[in-house]
Amino acid sequence: MTEPLLRVDGLKTHFLTRAGTVKAVDGVDLRLDRGEILGLVGESGSGKSVTGQSILGLVDPPGRVVGGRVLFQGEDLVGAGEKRLRAIRGRRIAMIFQDPMMTLNPVLSIGTQMVEAVQAHETVGRAEAWERSRRALARVGIASPDERLASYPHQFSGGMRQRVAIAIALLHSPDLIIADEPTTALDVTIQAQILFEVQTLCRETGTALIWVTHDLAVVSALADRVAVMYAGRVVETGTVTEIIGNPRHPYTRGLLESVPSRNRRGVPLRSIPGMTPSVLDLPEGCAFRPRCDRSTGACTTMPELVGEREDRAWRCWNPVGAEARGDAA
Amino acid sequence: MSTASIIELDGLTKRFSRKLDVVERFARRLGAAIDDRAVQAVSGVDLSIAEGEVVGLVGESGCGKSTLGRMVAGILPPSAGTLRWRGRDLRELSPADRHHANLKIQMVFQDPMASLNPRLRVADIVGEAPVVHGLVPRRQAEDYVAATLRQVGLDPAYLRRYPHQFSGGQRQRIGIARALAVKPDVLVCDESVAALDVSIQAQIINLFMRLREELSLTYLFISHDLGVVEHISDRTAIMYLGRIVELAPTPELFDKPNHPYAKALLDEAPRVSVEKRRFAPIRGEIPSPLDPPSGCAFHPRCPHAMPRCSAERPALRAIAPRRWSACHLNETTGP
Repeated sequence: MTEPLLRVDGLKTHFLTRAGTVKAVDGVDLRLDRGEILGLVGESGSGKSVTGQSILGLVDPPGRVVGGRVLFQGEDLVGAGEKRLRAIRGRRIAMIFQDPMMTLNPVLSIGTQMVEAVQAHETVGRAEAWERSRRALARVGIASPDERLASYPHQFSGGMRQRVAIAIALLHSPDLIIADEPTTALDVTIQAQILFEVQTLCRETGTALIWVTHDLAVVSALADRVAVMYAGRVVETGTVTEIIGNPRHPYTRGLLESVPSRNRRGVPLRSIPGMTPSVLDLPEGCAFRPRCDRSTGACTTMPELVGEREDRAWRCWNPVGAEARGDAA
Repeated sequence: MSTASIIELDGLTKRFSRKLDVVERFARRLGAAIDDRAVQAVSGVDLSIAEGEVVGLVGESGCGKSTLGRMVAGILPPSAGTLRWRGRDLRELSPADRHHANLKIQMVFQDPMASLNPRLRVADIVGEAPVVHGLVPRRQAEDYVAATLRQVGLDPAYLRRYPHQFSGGQRQRIGIARALAVKPDVLVCDESVAALDVSIQAQIINLFMRLREELSLTYLFISHDLGVVEHISDRTAIMYLGRIVELAPTPELFDKPNHPYAKALLDEAPRVSVEKRRFAPIRGEIPSPLDPPSGCAFHPRCPHAMPRCSAERPALRAIAPRRWSACHLNETTGP
């Protein structure tokens, strides 16, 4: 197998707070090839957003990457200096955040911000930068881009703002885009438009994508592969078909069964009992153990990520379907 | 059907307007064409909810679903139209009866952190209303609150705690307990599970369904999440820009939507499925309610729009037993 575009090995990001060490990300392994879309799924507090931020070295104190490697095209970004990271951010790896109102400067016009983003990495004239911004806006489906470049963020709707954020991410044709819940705040019809643009762009440009989300439905429609996170660790990874069709980790199965879907109309949902544990006070061994209906004595020690292939693995002593095959759909 | 209805809305309308300021009034006196800026958030909604029924109300942001819910719950007064409670116009009731009717319709909000007073203990949040309204003597309030908490799956030992000491799911349970404490017949749930994680959301949906059985409650369940509405409701109404565009029994609506907007909405809602799919989105944005399109509000985005759609607004008509849809296509194509 060729060297992947991105390889995350045993990444650990801890927050050193007065209340104790919060192990937000505690040993995450990921790999991503060119043009591939990876869905990083988890509930609040699972560490999925911090993982995305850690890749780009965007974790603010008291948070710190305390271990592991982030190999981007063979180069380790964990030890890289700020200058090197600035050269990579926005140019080779771009990020899209959940709320575009937070990433766009409210007192500068869209054009000014986009030209600035172009010129941050390349020495090009203003006219050329403007032209590139115009093309980027047109590419994400914004009508009359010339007018739009002169507008300010507050003159856009939520969906349009998110398109602008995506256009900015595309300015330098990055190799990798990390998108942190970019459609969560949007309406269904607008979300579908954005997903459509993103899907087309990845196919056309060969950009790889990490889509961080809590929404299994979006991931199942968009991604090639999925990594499910729970309490700072990847608990299961595989292709979309494998994760949705044949989940092996009890948490993945629980998540899928919690989604109201058409074949169980009116019947009580099989919810996961209890709630996500506090990362300050994780149970010993497998963090899912107190909520799991398959837990045994073995679960007090942390299971390794094992499975059929490197990219089809689960972190569980008693995986679903191990002794009684066929109970999974 | 209307005989057994617990709530009946007849042409319910809500207009929000902004008064002109001094300069604008002066300009108008000089002859400038300035009108009050009015937003018609809800326009002429007819809907009847039967006793014990769960009606889902779906729509995107700005469609007026929350405003409609607030009018039903008595938080906002309607600008026009009537709201009937068990067949009687609320405005014609005696003050005591109206008070009683208002108490029987309670609301559960989206964000429990914003709707629970952070300085009150759970015992007071849940216990205040039943004591004030004389449902429970003050001395028995604590036992009553404990029983209500147990009903929603919370440990009564938490009675003395404050809202911030709970997780999101537990807080939503407190919000439900507060609504239940005054023994309502109807719950208006406005995006009540939207802010919760998937696994917690399933717990709260199950709780709503259990309470419906135990207390024979009627729900108006407002949500943008089609999966949730499909799961919980008997009938579903789809709103677009202040109007109901389609109303039908849930299984029929989700299997075979009639209105082009309903179709688009259902097609585009991502579902958990093994097959990867291509999105084929409808064009355009949701128009501003400040300046709604003429005729059918959906016509600028509709793939089937014809000249008539921009000229004349389609009425909500019966297209089959218990099914209503507001689209001109139902007349031109025929049965």
